[in-house]
Amino acid sequence: MATIKDLPKEEYLLKGHAACAGCGPAVSLRLLFKALGNRVMMVVPACCTTVIQGPYPYTSSAVPLENVLFESTGAAASGIVAALKKRNLEDITVVGWAGDGGTVDIGIQALSGAAERGTNFIYICYDNEAYGNTGMQRSGATPYGSWTTTTPSGKKERKKDMPLIMAAHRIPYVATACTSYPLDFVNKLRKAKEIKGTKYIHLLTPCPTGWRYDTSKTIEMGRLAVQTGLWVLYEIENGKFKLNSPSDRLVDKAKRKPIQEYFALQGRFRAMSEQDIEKIYKWIDEDWEQYRKLASGSAPELTLYGKP
Amino acid sequence: MAQMIIDTANHIAGYAAKAARVKVVAAYPITPQTTIVEKIADFVEAGQMDAEYIRVESEHSAMVACMSAAATGVRTFTATSAHGLALMHEALHWASGSRLPVVMAVVNRAMGAPWSIWPDLSDSLSQRDTGWIQFYCADNQEVFDTIIQAYKLCEDEKVFLPAMVCLEGFILSHTYAPVSIPDQDKIDMFLPEYKSGWTLDVNRPYSHASLVAPEWYMEFRYMIQEAMENAKRLIPQIDKEYAKHFGREYGGLVEKYRCEDADLIMLTMGTMAGDAKLAVDTLRQQGQKVGSARVRVYRPYPVEEIANLATNVQMISTIDRHISFGMEGFLASETKAALFDVEDGPMVAGFIAGLGGRDVTSKTIERMAKKSMKWMQAGRVEKVTEWVDLKE
Repeated sequence: MATIKDLPKEEYLLKGHAACAGCGPAVSLRLLFKALGNRVMMVVPACCTTVIQGPYPYTSSAVPLENVLFESTGAAASGIVAALKKRNLEDITVVGWAGDGGTVDIGIQALSGAAERGTNFIYICYDNEAYGNTGMQRSGATPYGSWTTTTPSGKKERKKDMPLIMAAHRIPYVATACTSYPLDFVNKLRKAKEIKGTKYIHLLTPCPTGWRYDTSKTIEMGRLAVQTGLWVLYEIENGKFKLNSPSDRLVDKAKRKPIQEYFALQGRFRAMSEQDIEKIYKWIDEDWEQYRKLASGSAPELTLYGKP
Repeated sequence: MAQMIIDTANHIAGYAAKAARVKVVAAYPITPQTTIVEKIADFVEAGQMDAEYIRVESEHSAMVACMSAAATGVRTFTATSAHGLALMHEALHWASGSRLPVVMAVVNRAMGAPWSIWPDLSDSLSQRDTGWIQFYCADNQEVFDTIIQAYKLCEDEKVFLPAMVCLEGFILSHTYAPVSIPDQDKIDMFLPEYKSGWTLDVNRPYSHASLVAPEWYMEFRYMIQEAMENAKRLIPQIDKEYAKHFGREYGGLVEKYRCEDADLIMLTMGTMAGDAKLAVDTLRQQGQKVGSARVRVYRPYPVEEIANLATNVQMISTIDRHISFGMEGFLASETKAALFDVEDGPMVAGFIAGLGGRDVTSKTIERMAKKSMKWMQAGRVEKVTEWVDLKE
């Protein structure tokens, strides 16, 4: 798809949803529906979207949506996919839409099982880097140094690298995305829809409520995450790693924006020290060296899954 | 012609899932359940069963996959035991709350710690309040027949609830016995195509199980309670209808044996009923007016049947292969609750026996009956809860 104007006019995220002002996940959910159309079945565990969809008897989803247990998205999707196969309805796209806690922490087992079994569905982890629905507690996806209500002086550990954990399952498609790059996200969804097997998209979704920034700055926040090189847009198709725009221009570290620009706008990074900043720069450089090798094919093997 | 085979109750459960034309099976191995899902894997791979088989990575996922498949419009089956069932606990609530007619075989096994793989009803009884219908079987044939009956019941629009069909580990699960497998066309006549109260449907896009405020939640709970009451009425009807088709019935909710003029009734669940019948026969030969009864359906609890059983009876002794720590066995508690409104109701004694697979024979039950009769004649239950064969 060439431009945002080519997106369908139809809205499947209906008016009156209950997301916070400036909610990154809500922006992306609307795009997801537009990208995939309405022959879709959504699996949603406990997460912000439990609230966003609205309470009974209302809903803001114009596609069928099954609310499931927190840790069970992968398993629920497996059951739906199996039943659709038996009913000859395999043209329906099954989508798991779960938060970072529901993915990288409590839901990792069911997701790993579904991926290992090659379940034909798209799983999207919308990552606001903490348990947002319960008021911002630390998750495995919370970045180093971030304040949360359970890390009041800042998280001491690094963010779990979930996309590469999923790539280790040798699934046909793994991608990262960000609310602030809608075309990239839509294109990845449409590509994923055409691939058979488990497709995993890790979507960074800025959250003004939890990250403590002005609600008008959600898109800016996601852009800064990418432009600083902290969040990297890439895709792995059958093990072949590719950087996507604009991350593909950031292999040269001189082109990356200073991370302080990103941190300064968010209340959650207020306690970050000079030493913390140095540490993070070192980690970014190390990560990018890995991405550079993978993207250039000079990694030990040409693909992550062995020789093509 | 019905086919007579000799096989274990676990394999028979697999035959029942096949006969019910289950479309999705999601399962995880656990002793002593494993041979059920192995049998089904054989059926599926041999092309004898037209089902998707999801080899999930946990029992929690097994239950979630089954309920989601049921929500997508197909009949589902799974099986588990003990710790697997406990791991499912959260999903059990979700399945009944979602009103999905999943049927599951539970091969009863004791809970750890310490590890035990032997039979005990503590696993399924501690799932009492999850909104599942619970059947307890006494032999291999009943396992087959009850699984078929359970689908018929659960998919009734007055019910739309999930059901556990419980069978004790090893005593039934791994024990060979002759079983009659009815013709498929007769099963199909008795058990029509899958029906659910709702399905995920792209043409009717609803959000299911979304957040419910206090102004509605109680009504949803009340509807489950109503469905349980409906199940209580339907189970005996379905059992009778089954008898018309296949010539076998199980007394609906409660199976009674020589209770007509009994002074004492030994009340059991599961396979102990067989040993209780032998004990009753021996005691009757000795001139004692003893009968036995078996609670076949534990949820919904057959309150009225138990109360009826109590008329003209001096004493009911319950035998629990279960203990609710800090109280007594559930069978004892619930029987007393059922008798509360019975005028001049009988005395009740509760025996705890056979935990973790300790053998309970007809001789053991005779001893319990004799002790009960002593208390009955004395007009006082000496010990409200008696642990049988406990080492000092």
